[in-house]
Amino acid sequence: MDNWMELTFPSLSINEGFARSATAAFAALLDPTIDELSDLRTAVSEAVTNAIIHAYGNDRSAMITLRCEAEGKKLRVTVKDTGCGIADIELARRPFYTSKPELERSGMGFAVMEAFTDSLEIESAPGEGTTVIMEKELGRASGN
Amino acid sequence: MEINASKRGPRLHVKLVGELDHHSAEQTRNMLDTLLKDITVRDLTIDLSGVSFMDSAGLGVILGRYRILSMRGGHLTVTGMSGAIDKIFRMSGVYAIVDRV
Ligand SMILES: Nc1ncnc2c1ncn2[C@@H]1O[C@H](COP(=O)(O)OP(=O)(O)OP(=O)(O)O)[C@@H](O)[C@H]1O
Ligand SMILES: [Mg+2]
Repeated sequence: MDNWMELTFPSLSINEGFARSATAAFAALLDPTIDELSDLRTAVSEAVTNAIIHAYGNDRSAMITLRCEAEGKKLRVTVKDTGCGIADIELARRPFYTSKPELERSGMGFAVMEAFTDSLEIESAPGEGTTVIMEKELGRASGN
Repeated sequence: MEINASKRGPRLHVKLVGELDHHSAEQTRNMLDTLLKDITVRDLTIDLSGVSFMDSAGLGVILGRYRILSMRGGHLTVTGMSGAIDKIFRMSGVYAIVDRV
């Protein structure tokens, strides 16, 4: 691991934008393209928003941890909550699946994370929180 | 979210300026639905050229407004999508039900 950072913040929706910016600022050290940065912001936003919406119910004082690790050109982003967890991860990953259709959720969050990164891993169990790990190689277009 | 609206007959043109995420979704939804309370509105165009960021929460807002309009026989057009927004719309099949310009 060449470089890393970790941030912990409460599950307030205003921190969605903060998490995107912090991740982009860290990723910028790896010389990414504009499109890669944009993809990364979207993927991180999905993971943090899920923690805020799904993990903790209406508790806004519960904490979310965002960790970024750089290894060569590869960035690994981990978003961790200690909330309700996911019983059926395969079902949750399915495009258009949402447990909250009444709130106009489209159920596309995990599908977007998958499409906007190179790999997506979800570790979760009911009552034990959720950890989302995404990896993305940056600076591809620049060829170094 | 900043919202600029202009209406001509049954057509409502709305330009959104800002970031459309879960944090801004409720406010954006409320502002759009206030405009849609005018039942003479049949054709809504949402101009996204001022939206610098959108994720699936924003997608939910767009699809929700589509539902409201289609229930009254109207329809929705989106325009000004960035590459990232276009990618989300394409992967979720939005263009099968919403027009793009
Ligand atoms: N951190 C989490 N804690 C608990 N459940 C989660 C978490 N993240 C996702 N889920 C579950 O997985 C489902 C799918 O998540 P996904 O992000 O794909 O869709 P969504 O959040 O419901 O809708 P959208 O992201 O389109 O607004 C959620 O509806 C929820 O049930
Ligand atoms: Mg989601």
